[in-house]
Amino acid sequence: MFVGTVVYAVINSVILALLAIGFNLTFGISGVANFAYGALYIFSAYLSWMLLNLIGLPFFLSAIISILITTLLGAMMYRFVLQRVRGQALSEVIATFGIGLAILELFQYLGFVGFEYTLPVFIDNSFMIFGAYVDMQRILIVIVGAALIIFLWFFTHHTSLGLAFRGIAQDERTALSLGINSDRIATLSVSFGAGLAAIAATIIIPLGSISPSEGYDVLIKALAVCIIGGLGSTGGVIVASFVIGFAERFTDSYISSHWTMIVSLAAILIVLSVKPSGLFGKQKELEERI
Amino acid sequence: MRNADLNSGGSKQRRKERIDRGIKARSSDVFALSSWREMLYLAAPRFIPIVGCLMLPLVLGIYWQKVLLSVAVFALLAISWDILEQSGMISLGQALFFGMGAYAAGVFNHYFGWSPLLTIPFASLLGGMICTVILLPVLRLRGIYFSMVTLIIPLMLVRIVEATKIFGGTEGLSGITPLPSKWLELYLIVGALLGALFGFRRMMGSDYGLVLKGINDNDRSVMNAGINIYWFKAQALFVASSIGAFTGAFMTHVYMFVGMPVFALDYSILPIAAAVVGGPGTMAGATLGAFILVPLSEILRGIGGLRIVIYGLFLVVFIVALPEGIFHYIQRKYHQFERWVEV
Repeated sequence: MFVGTVVYAVINSVILALLAIGFNLTFGISGVANFAYGALYIFSAYLSWMLLNLIGLPFFLSAIISILITTLLGAMMYRFVLQRVRGQALSEVIATFGIGLAILELFQYLGFVGFEYTLPVFIDNSFMIFGAYVDMQRILIVIVGAALIIFLWFFTHHTSLGLAFRGIAQDERTALSLGINSDRIATLSVSFGAGLAAIAATIIIPLGSISPSEGYDVLIKALAVCIIGGLGSTGGVIVASFVIGFAERFTDSYISSHWTMIVSLAAILIVLSVKPSGLFGKQKELEERI
Repeated sequence: MRNADLNSGGSKQRRKERIDRGIKARSSDVFALSSWREMLYLAAPRFIPIVGCLMLPLVLGIYWQKVLLSVAVFALLAISWDILEQSGMISLGQALFFGMGAYAAGVFNHYFGWSPLLTIPFASLLGGMICTVILLPVLRLRGIYFSMVTLIIPLMLVRIVEATKIFGGTEGLSGITPLPSKWLELYLIVGALLGALFGFRRMMGSDYGLVLKGINDNDRSVMNAGINIYWFKAQALFVASSIGAFTGAFMTHVYMFVGMPVFALDYSILPIAAAVVGGPGTMAGATLGAFILVPLSEILRGIGGLRIVIYGLFLVVFIVALPEGIFHYIQRKYHQFERWVEV
């Protein structure tokens, strides 16, 4: 029981980290809080479902196409909407929130709800790990999650584009004077965030089904992880997703599954009152632009 | 018209000149009125909404009276959003305030049997206080943290009510005492709307409001002036959440029911949409927005869920294309005249 709980807690933590990392990337680089994040997640899932079932493409092809289209959608969202209101927190929040709302409620209206709306698992198989049954999909999630985090770390530390990302994040004006186009980088950061949401959807959705309310859930989870970890800090996101992931799974096993949401809420309120900028929030309270 | 002549002129450069009307130029701070016409100019924008709001319940049918009721509720929520926005806090969760007030009123009426006339004021204060305490830690941070936390708390509270089955759980509490009469209902909410609209406009115009606006513009200079910004932010939050809690408590007694729907996203979205469409920064814009959007959504009732899609798109279009909102536009047209002049 205990070992099984730990195994599932690790998987749950990786899922949370996968969900939050795109939101965190966008925010950390361009300062845009993408409240359409959950909607982009659901959008990519529906898109690959439609490509798979209505057009009949093979799953891998439809997944890749939907990830690319979602990435493009993120870029367009920045170019046509966010760029015009850049730097005004109020307008950015409302605009992204409005877009997310429109996408999710459109799917709700079109009636895309039900158990048949799901994506196939990659490999149907299950294993015994330390006496707990784990299916292949969950193991894949852990592998993909770890690979993505390592890739992102490598990308932001050892490629020129990644260094430009960090440059904009640290000091936009200085970065501009070094010839880094801040609008281009911000466009890329929003679209990468959207792409990460799509990758997370492709790999996580097979565990459940696609529904618009899932979009709000994803947004809540991503926000909760980012608030606890400290916005814009990748290490913070990973630690926070493990904190919440373990807390959720253990309350689920030992108390009751109803209490998992209370645990996250309590964690948020406690972290906020003890250390308002989050566990790993770098800036001092008033310095913070978030 | 002169414009037409100039257009036919072709190559001449023109620009639009905006000039304050004489009365506006003279009376923007000191009122030196010399004629009935000028008095009317200043008084009409204030009297028309007051008289309109007081007359509407008398002329409307039963169905549209209910619509007026929800217009007033959403206008109050939008005013509450606007107060927060002017103090530098962007709330995405008016449903939190609404729901807290609703549950407070429901619980005191259902379990203790208090009369509505007692629960409504009490729930407004209690709900406001609970929300302020919950959000107190977030006030220490700037910007979007407040939005993030206000967005997720109501969504989480729904789950918690569902999970722990407190206060009736998914069933909610029904059989709440209604208000004594329909007219009291209507005039209570309309009166509250007018009081809030003019009272809080006045508050934001006073020195106290200036401090709040200063916090939004530049919090560090306000701190430099030796003012404790957290204390002022907490006060603004308390005022705004009490307004929200009042509407919640009121609606509990109107519906005679309180349950999980009080934390629904509708109560968060519509007020923001109303304030953005009407024009943030003046309570009047928020009210105007509610008077446009809520009847519109009643007319569009047939399309069901698509309404929220339309609100979402409204938000994006207005934020990008007309960020000042309708009210500022009307206000400018009223106070200034425009003409084309040759350069």
